[in-house]
Amino acid sequence: MMRLKDFPVDECLLQGNAACPGCPATIGLRLVLKALGKKTIMVVPACCTSVIESLYPHTSFDIPVMNIAFEAAAAGASGVEASLRQQGRTDITVVAWAGDGGTYDIGLQALSGALERGTNFIYICYNNQIYSNTGIQRSGATPYAAWTTTTVGGKNELRKEMGDIILAHHIPYAAQTCISYPEDVFSKVTKAKNIKGPKYIEILAPCPPGWRFSMDKTVEMGRMAVDSGAWALWECENDKMIFNGKSKLILEKKIQRKPVEDWIKYQGRFGHLFRPQRDEKRLKAIEEYVDSLWDRYRKCYLGK
Amino acid sequence: MTIMIDTGNRIAAKAAIMAKPEVVAAYPITPQTTLVEAIAEYVARGEYKGEFICVESEHSAMCACIGASAAGSRTFTATSSHGLLLMHEMLHWAALARLPVVMCNINRVIGPGWNIWTDENDSISQRDTGWIQFYCSSNQEIFDTVIQSFKLAEHEKIVLPVMINLNAFILSHTSMPAEIPEQRVVDEFLGKHIAHWKSDIDNPTTFGNIIGPAYYYKVRRAMQQSHLRAKKLIPQIAKDWKKSSGYFHGDLLEYYKCEGAEDILLSMGAIGAESKIAINELQNEGQKIGLARVRVLRPFPTEEIIKLGKQANLIVIDRNISVGLEGVLFNEVKAALFGTSDIKATGFIAGLGGKDVTYKDIKSMCRKAIQGTSKAQEWYAMED
Repeated sequence: MMRLKDFPVDECLLQGNAACPGCPATIGLRLVLKALGKKTIMVVPACCTSVIESLYPHTSFDIPVMNIAFEAAAAGASGVEASLRQQGRTDITVVAWAGDGGTYDIGLQALSGALERGTNFIYICYNNQIYSNTGIQRSGATPYAAWTTTTVGGKNELRKEMGDIILAHHIPYAAQTCISYPEDVFSKVTKAKNIKGPKYIEILAPCPPGWRFSMDKTVEMGRMAVDSGAWALWECENDKMIFNGKSKLILEKKIQRKPVEDWIKYQGRFGHLFRPQRDEKRLKAIEEYVDSLWDRYRKCYLGK
Repeated sequence: MTIMIDTGNRIAAKAAIMAKPEVVAAYPITPQTTLVEAIAEYVARGEYKGEFICVESEHSAMCACIGASAAGSRTFTATSSHGLLLMHEMLHWAALARLPVVMCNINRVIGPGWNIWTDENDSISQRDTGWIQFYCSSNQEIFDTVIQSFKLAEHEKIVLPVMINLNAFILSHTSMPAEIPEQRVVDEFLGKHIAHWKSDIDNPTTFGNIIGPAYYYKVRRAMQQSHLRAKKLIPQIAKDWKKSSGYFHGDLLEYYKCEGAEDILLSMGAIGAESKIAINELQNEGQKIGLARVRVLRPFPTEEIIKLGKQANLIVIDRNISVGLEGVLFNEVKAALFGTSDIKATGFIAGLGGKDVTYKDIKSMCRKAIQGTSKAQEWYAMED
């Protein structure tokens, strides 16, 4: 695994972009583009990145970026990839970069189609668990009990397990990572770049205004998600599943996951579970859900 | 040159393949299906060497065409009815992105209830998306218009998507002969596709990011200017095609026996072809009547309509309706005439839901209009 100090110094995401302070998407973009390099065409649907790009006639990207409609990233990327193949430009990486709304919800059909067709591209979902660009509304990725502007008392439903949906396509490479682990992100994107066919990578992206935490805590918030088991680092190459880092240790019960409460108590979006009094019922349900998630992982991938 | 006797769909597919698009992305829908199947056969026989993407929806078909066009490729797709409506958002996108995608649309009724016959409400409801719109009336015209559409769409003064409309079954599934030129003729006519903008790693730009009102205002005006230029270029490109192939389909309207006419019938698509028989018979009966078949709805041939309005009373048959107003062609013809003419214009709605419109029906509508016995806008042959 390449060490952080050895990462390429070139930046494809330029200074002066229009992201919020503490934005996890820009951390992800920097890492992803360092791994992919300048021979990359990026397709971006409606999401925070369409704002981060800055206002026409300026741009904060030093690679070609094609914006497309909200539900259309994977289909648009299919067209770009087909065109490049006709031009003999197989040296160029096509990457779709979409949020969780554009992936889990409105863009799911186009994504599934592109994966099923064997499209040679990388689809990256930066998952901040909300519709953040429109101002914090629930998505299929929003966890149970989280406040959003459309789940005012907390979300009643569990998040969708996107990883399972992706794995059902049996594509050559799929992975989950988090912006707090730059070497993990870099390694997974590099690996995906060198595999032919459809690749899917999902990056957990803790969003300070969306999750209601201080903008200097973005990286910490991602680490806590992994420590608590609420988010898992894994990669699946040709149907062979490997858990990475602490997630591997949790899977193999070499360490105990930390309580999810230790993570969510720092996020204002879960404030109603702690104030004015503790909501024991929902706090318990959150822990039970994460336990059941790991029980399922163990059954599927350890056979026990 | 060879004669191909085949359906409108298969002749459209032949034209599309001869134009050598690098990428075709399509999704099947009745009655466009045989067009897509024909392309799949060209792929299987190795006669089409481009990319054929069988997407999972019409929305994705248009998105893939947009992506491929934006990466620098000539692109083609085909759809119909609900498929066209599902594309709606991306039709706007392709036009605003100035991508010269070429598409055949088979005019089919919109549900509910399910109805696969022809009317033109599908494409009429997309007329404000910025696409150039042709309406054909024979398989030869379909072939020639598809070829010419690539030239027009990709022309440096246009750079806009083009939709070629053909009526469900009446054209899409009806065999007629069409003269097909040698491949060399098409190659020379179209030349190699040159993208006027593209996503390029050697010149990295961001396309479609946030744009303020002042710039956006210019984007819209530029589209309008290109449409206005297309009015001159459509006949010019058709003349050039005639030099290569011998066939001319190119005026914004096709005029038939309009000389000296005191009444002129305006219609589109297959009704336009059927109208010729009606005009012949009415002339034989002593009526001074001619036909102007509207081939191009966008850009709208305002100047040509004004000229007609100075010559004759106009009778308009619409196989579509803007519900709450009237037939769209009728409405637009009257708008073009405003302040330039005091002639009488009579409108008929006919053939919605695929109801047959024969030359006898057309004669009957014309007689009613000439005698002044029809309502201002009449639903022809509507049984109460």
